[in-house]
Amino acid sequence: MLELEHISFTVSSAAEQAEKGILDDVSLTVGDNRFVVITGPNGGGKSTLAKIIMGIERPSSGRILFDGQDITGLSVTERADLGIAYAFQQPVRFKGLTVSDLVGLSARKELGRGELCQYLTEVGLCARDYIDRDVNASLSGGEIKRIEIAMALARGAKLTLFDEPEAGIDLWSFNHLIAVFQKLRRETRGTSLIISHQERILDIADEIVVLAAGRIAARGHKDEVLPKLLETGSSVNFCEGKVEANA
Amino acid sequence: MNKITEELLKIVSDWKGIPDAAYNIREDTGCAGRRSTENIRIDSKTDKPGIDIRVKPGTRGEMVYIPACVTHSAVDDLVYNDFYIGAGADVTIVAGCGVHSDGEEEAKHNGIHRFFLEKGARVLYLEKHIGTGGGAGARVINPVTDAELAEDAYMEMNTTQIGGVDSTLRKTTAVLGKNARMVVKEKLLTEGVQTAESDFVITLAGEGSGAHLISRSVAKQRSSQLFRSRLIGEAACSGHSECDAIIMDDGVVSAIPELTAHNVDAALIHEAAIGKIAGEQITKLMTLGLTEKQAEEKIIEGFLK
Repeated sequence: MLELEHISFTVSSAAEQAEKGILDDVSLTVGDNRFVVITGPNGGGKSTLAKIIMGIERPSSGRILFDGQDITGLSVTERADLGIAYAFQQPVRFKGLTVSDLVGLSARKELGRGELCQYLTEVGLCARDYIDRDVNASLSGGEIKRIEIAMALARGAKLTLFDEPEAGIDLWSFNHLIAVFQKLRRETRGTSLIISHQERILDIADEIVVLAAGRIAARGHKDEVLPKLLETGSSVNFCEGKVEANA
Repeated sequence: MNKITEELLKIVSDWKGIPDAAYNIREDTGCAGRRSTENIRIDSKTDKPGIDIRVKPGTRGEMVYIPACVTHSAVDDLVYNDFYIGAGADVTIVAGCGVHSDGEEEAKHNGIHRFFLEKGARVLYLEKHIGTGGGAGARVINPVTDAELAEDAYMEMNTTQIGGVDSTLRKTTAVLGKNARMVVKEKLLTEGVQTAESDFVITLAGEGSGAHLISRSVAKQRSSQLFRSRLIGEAACSGHSECDAIIMDDGVVSAIPELTAHNVDAALIHEAAIGKIAGEQITKLMTLGLTEKQAEEKIIEGFLK
């Protein structure tokens, strides 16, 4: 379904008058209907990798294949049309677009009020209170994050990228969020690629990928990778030079 | 009523045939239809062009339609409409103006509306402006709104200009009595080489009075807009004005706020933001499958909704 071949990404650093590497020769294959969690220290390149898959950023080198098709040169819109969805780490706010506008756009079809409500209820929002609200600064971080996840659910895409879905979600809603992902996995609604630091999300993964300093530092079944992660107590141990890449 | 008037009415006042309400239709400086009701009386002025609209005290839930249309070029329409809203009345007034020009000369409407709200009266005033037709003659609409709100009165003014008007100068003044409140929501879209100027002066004269003024505008291509707002606090009051503008292409928007407090308990705030559409908003909609152009249109549609 998704094949990343030797993806590198560099940015020019004006201060250091040099190129700075964010991703360095990342290769990864993800199969159909998989639930894969990417974890690792902050600044390790996880969000950049998600943006590169969605087409928001272009890799400096390497290829991206989606269902066998080379999509490296395709635009964000073209990738969305092929079935890639992306739930932002920091959801975007709009003046004048409502929750129902955005969930409706995500579903790419006219949604009945019942269907709209179902998506909102699924992420723990009382639909009646939110459906006509603007997705603007009046929503709290947790509320807008849940709306972002509802939009991703409404897309029902072949591949959905979730960038830290737990960020900004309070403890009470977090249990609900886990249930959402458990259901997503159970019903195998396509492949989910989730960037997360949360043990309970890692715990329901088919596969865990540890990305540190722009490289894949570890990769494998949760039963292999999770104990190592938990033993160390810190993902810092996956920093370059400390752990050999095993993938 | 001619065909063009009918089409313009559909746009500016959601016209679905003669309403079961008081109305007056102005067409090319003349009157194309009028009806008074038991509670709302409409009479022609005797000293100048225009009408007096008198709403009886206590009238509740009634509507008044007073659209004006200019249907061809070489018309320079000037009209004075005065609204007297009786104490405790609660009515909706649908104004709106459509100017159509297929000719070489200017088609122009100047509507001067004065509102006198008695104690506790409430008015929702809806005003939509549009220009249509392919003629080279400019379509010009210059609305003037003056309002006097007595104690506890409330007026909400929703004013929208959605396109096709080449030049507009919109002047609004209001004086608010004790505990009176006024809300103004302005939506403006200019394109081509159109120009639009809005000028608001709201005087918060009475203790406990409040004003909330929100302007959202989009200036495309080489169009330009000027937004001026003056809030004057003469008593313990609250006033808030907000200008939020999106510029595209070579559009220009100037926002000139002015706040004057004559009283230490006058709480006056102004906010202004002018800029292009945020790139992340376009990116987000593209991740949902919209093209860049569709994303821009959707964002503007929502912004001016």
